[in-house]
Amino acid sequence: MKGQFRRSVAGQRPWLGVLLLTAVLLLVPFVAGLGGQAWVRIANFAILYVFLALGLNIVVGYAGLLDLGYVAFYAVGAYTYALLASPHFGIHLPFWVILPLGAGLACMFGVLLGAPTLKLRGDYLAIVTLGFGEIVRIFMNNLNAPVNITNGAQGITLIDPIRIGDFSFSQSGTIFGITLSGPQKYYFLLVVLALLVIVVNVRLQNSRIGRSWQAIREDEVAAKACGINTRNIKLLAFAMGASFGGIAGGVFAAMQGFVSPESFSLMESITILSMVVLGGMGHIPGVILGAVLLTGLPEVLRYGIEPLQRAVFGRMIVDPESLRMLVFGLALVLVMRFRPAGLWPSSQRLRELAETAD
Amino acid sequence: MDTLLQQLINGITLGAVYALVALGYTMVYGIIGLINFAHGEVVMIGTMVAFTVIVSLAGSAMAPLMILGIGVAVSVVVCMVLGWALERVAYRPLRHAPRLTPLITAIGMSIVLQNVAMIIWGRNYITFPPMIGKHIYEFGGASFTNVQIAIVTLAALMMLGLIYLVHRTRIGMAMRATAQNQHVAALMGVDIDRVIAMAFIIGSALGAVAGCMVGSYYEIAHYQMGFMLGLKAFTAAVLGGIGNLAGAMAGGLLLGVIEALGAGYIGDLTGDFLGSHYQDIFAFIVLIIVLMFRPSGLFGERTGDRA
Amino acid sequence: MNHVRMPGVVVVLAASLAIVGCGKKEEPKAAAPAPAPAAAAPAAKPEVVVKIGHVAPLTGPIAHLGKDNENGARLAVDDANAKKVEIDGKVIKFELLGEDDQADPKTGTVVAQKLVDAKVAGVVGHLNSGTTIPASAIYNQAGVPQISPSATNPKYTQQGFNTTFRVMANDIQQGSVVGTYAVKDMGAKKVAIIDDRTAYGQGLADEVEKAAKAAGATVVAREFTNDKATDFKAILTKIKAKNPDVIFLGGMDAVGGPMLKQMRELGIKAKFTTGDGGCTPELVKLAGAASEGVICTQAGLPVDKLPNGQKFVEDFTKKYGQIQIYSPYSYDAVMVLVDSMKRANSTDPVKYLPEVGKTSYDGVTGKIEFDEKGDIKNGAITVFEIKDGKLATLKTEGGTASAK
Repeated sequence: MKGQFRRSVAGQRPWLGVLLLTAVLLLVPFVAGLGGQAWVRIANFAILYVFLALGLNIVVGYAGLLDLGYVAFYAVGAYTYALLASPHFGIHLPFWVILPLGAGLACMFGVLLGAPTLKLRGDYLAIVTLGFGEIVRIFMNNLNAPVNITNGAQGITLIDPIRIGDFSFSQSGTIFGITLSGPQKYYFLLVVLALLVIVVNVRLQNSRIGRSWQAIREDEVAAKACGINTRNIKLLAFAMGASFGGIAGGVFAAMQGFVSPESFSLMESITILSMVVLGGMGHIPGVILGAVLLTGLPEVLRYGIEPLQRAVFGRMIVDPESLRMLVFGLALVLVMRFRPAGLWPSSQRLRELAETAD
Repeated sequence: MDTLLQQLINGITLGAVYALVALGYTMVYGIIGLINFAHGEVVMIGTMVAFTVIVSLAGSAMAPLMILGIGVAVSVVVCMVLGWALERVAYRPLRHAPRLTPLITAIGMSIVLQNVAMIIWGRNYITFPPMIGKHIYEFGGASFTNVQIAIVTLAALMMLGLIYLVHRTRIGMAMRATAQNQHVAALMGVDIDRVIAMAFIIGSALGAVAGCMVGSYYEIAHYQMGFMLGLKAFTAAVLGGIGNLAGAMAGGLLLGVIEALGAGYIGDLTGDFLGSHYQDIFAFIVLIIVLMFRPSGLFGERTGDRA
Repeated sequence: MNHVRMPGVVVVLAASLAIVGCGKKEEPKAAAPAPAPAAAAPAAKPEVVVKIGHVAPLTGPIAHLGKDNENGARLAVDDANAKKVEIDGKVIKFELLGEDDQADPKTGTVVAQKLVDAKVAGVVGHLNSGTTIPASAIYNQAGVPQISPSATNPKYTQQGFNTTFRVMANDIQQGSVVGTYAVKDMGAKKVAIIDDRTAYGQGLADEVEKAAKAAGATVVAREFTNDKATDFKAILTKIKAKNPDVIFLGGMDAVGGPMLKQMRELGIKAKFTTGDGGCTPELVKLAGAASEGVICTQAGLPVDKLPNGQKFVEDFTKKYGQIQIYSPYSYDAVMVLVDSMKRANSTDPVKYLPEVGKTSYDGVTGKIEFDEKGDIKNGAITVFEIKDGKLATLKTEGGTASAK
């Protein structure tokens, strides 16, 4: 694995790829901006989901722990930001204080979730994490009485945008002679954050910890016998995954300017998990692809389903909104049907699959 | 005291509803270890089909019970076909795929089924026509209806029937063999594909019956009703030990009673600090505690090494 | 091996995604002549297309309400087009861009941006407070007036934006009427309150609680459920033990219907009251006989008492079937936008936005005037009782136009 990695980075011309990638990342907001700012916003959410999916990838892809409550950490991060940077409590801390704080708090929640569930396997773990996600959401929804902490279902409004000095990310402005809209600014912030999480993911994958996770994923008993402290290593997976969720939540709150519990439903956890699995569990480019596709697809369909229907049937047969989600569901089924290991699985995973499916 | 009794009755009925749906999950899980996430949607389709049949027959001269019977029968058949198709399209090709792959196809299928139902039956809530005249009985200050009795009885009967099927019939034996080890079972001459298809068909038939009962109990149906119901039933199945038929029943009843008592007494227990809005939290906390001490559920086998 | 191709594939994918995005986006622009109001082409009776956005959830659990809203707005657009409205010497053809926000705040901002990109002249929506509030920031930045037909969260108009309006009474106005009515007119001494823990239900129930207490009643039980629940027996049993005179539900008809039936099964005799979410023909349909005697409120004047209201009910029912809840309000919201454009003699949001605030319009739900925040001024609240399966008017509180 490690050898392969070296070869791929050092062997062929890596500069070309990196350069191209940088160019594309730089150009995306402007190209998308041509089609309307909505596409920039979609790109932003896509990157936010890349971030979330890579966080969940640590738990599910690396350590093999099926987590259906990942959105809880996202919620913790979002509410931390919302409470500490809004008129709700009248506290307005800068983002560089809150984001790490949110990550830390989410990390704590990760351990809190991990600790009682260490013994559980597979589907039992899934249902407990699902329950945990719901518990967090229900608390957010109800902690408006007797003391109003989260303002309940009505949510928290007027959250401060991310601001560096006078440079606010929510307004459009000009830097270096280029006019950037609010969403475009957030795009660059998100890209930087996403690159950070990708680097951490890559480094982890081939570290001692990463290998321990893989060992646990493949065979926990054997891993234990090899001297891996499975308890700590598993907790670490939850904690790391959760911290990323926390950061993503904070950015989400700042970007939206509003948080309410309905953003953190079970469906959100399921969506993030689908991104990880659809793209290719444990494989970073795959997970990124999964996140981008699943965020983009419903939006592309939003624009495309009407002309498509007209082209195929000559008129509107069913109302496009019903068809949009239908096509989305079908796409999930078909992709998994023909690419069971995900759209872009790691080569190692593919080989394993070929061996088992005799 | 009569309040407690009433809460127990509420909980048991709700629990029986969960159990009916949970049996479908467990049936499939017990044999191939797969969470059929789309089962809630099968239940929903069952309710909707029965609704359509009943409404279209309601004007005829047939006895109401007869109409209900036809409605249930048609919906059972439709759901059996649906279950078979689900297995064929979404699960069979993935039998050797990584564990999470079928989970995603299941989620995809449930999105598809929901939207198909929305296109067919519309977005509005539907009143499920009450075919059984409701009688209210009083007992020790608590009241319950004949529909409630029917649900609890039916859930118990179905569980017993399934246990009989699995332990006393040839196909049941084949199912158990498949559950133990697919390869060996195949070597012994068991047609694995058929057995697994049967599990889905039976599970879906149960789902249809559950859907009809849910429909006639609450007299309301909606194309999104399957999601929450499926989720609760799945929780119940895990609580009881997923894959175990008696466990599904026990888990369902337990979950129902916990929810009722939770909603009823959580406020008194915590001095009104927590109210009935924490009902679901209460249920999940009980679940977590149970699983901490019995990691494979109440009735689950302790081997459960499926990660 | 596999890694080598990685950047290439990413590039191609990203590029193709971007291209798909652009390609798709270009279409509507090319199809419809840019509605830039500055274009003053002096042709003979030129027709100008003005786009009005509408957003509501069209998929998901409350899709039926979303579609209802959209149908209301669609009817308004059709009616406005039938009248051949002339603004600045041009015949205006209104076009409704209906979007689905899935009741998801994140999707809400994306579609809001999409509408702004499409240069809509105004927006009617969104349905839920949870999507209306984050979207309002985007409309405000673009200077596009937004009128929500149904978001009741008071915070929506308290953000200091000059673009936010609503034609629906907020929770405070409605809650106080229901709460006071239950105590003063129905003579309730003990009140039980249930809410569905949505922004709507919670907000309304809190206000009812305040009003009932202020009027001298005791709140004997405060119970909760959720908007997807169908089994309420546990909380109802608890309420039964407290023996209240009146039960109030802050929630929608889909919750109220089964709840009423279960109340009767448990032998609860208390009177049932609810707000506009449950004050619908749908409640009668879902609860059947159990809905007899339910007291409920709607914002605005009774639709059937107003001349244009009756016409609306007829037209709507003929075209789309049963009215769910908010379609009359989304109809009015569109009409308020059109009316403001007429008064400003411009379809440019910059020019007609100030006129929206000065609206004084006789809509199908009553007189519409906005206060300085954009909330409906002195909104009338009508109390109904369900008699023989019909909503019968009991009385109207507030409101300026003559109801009877």
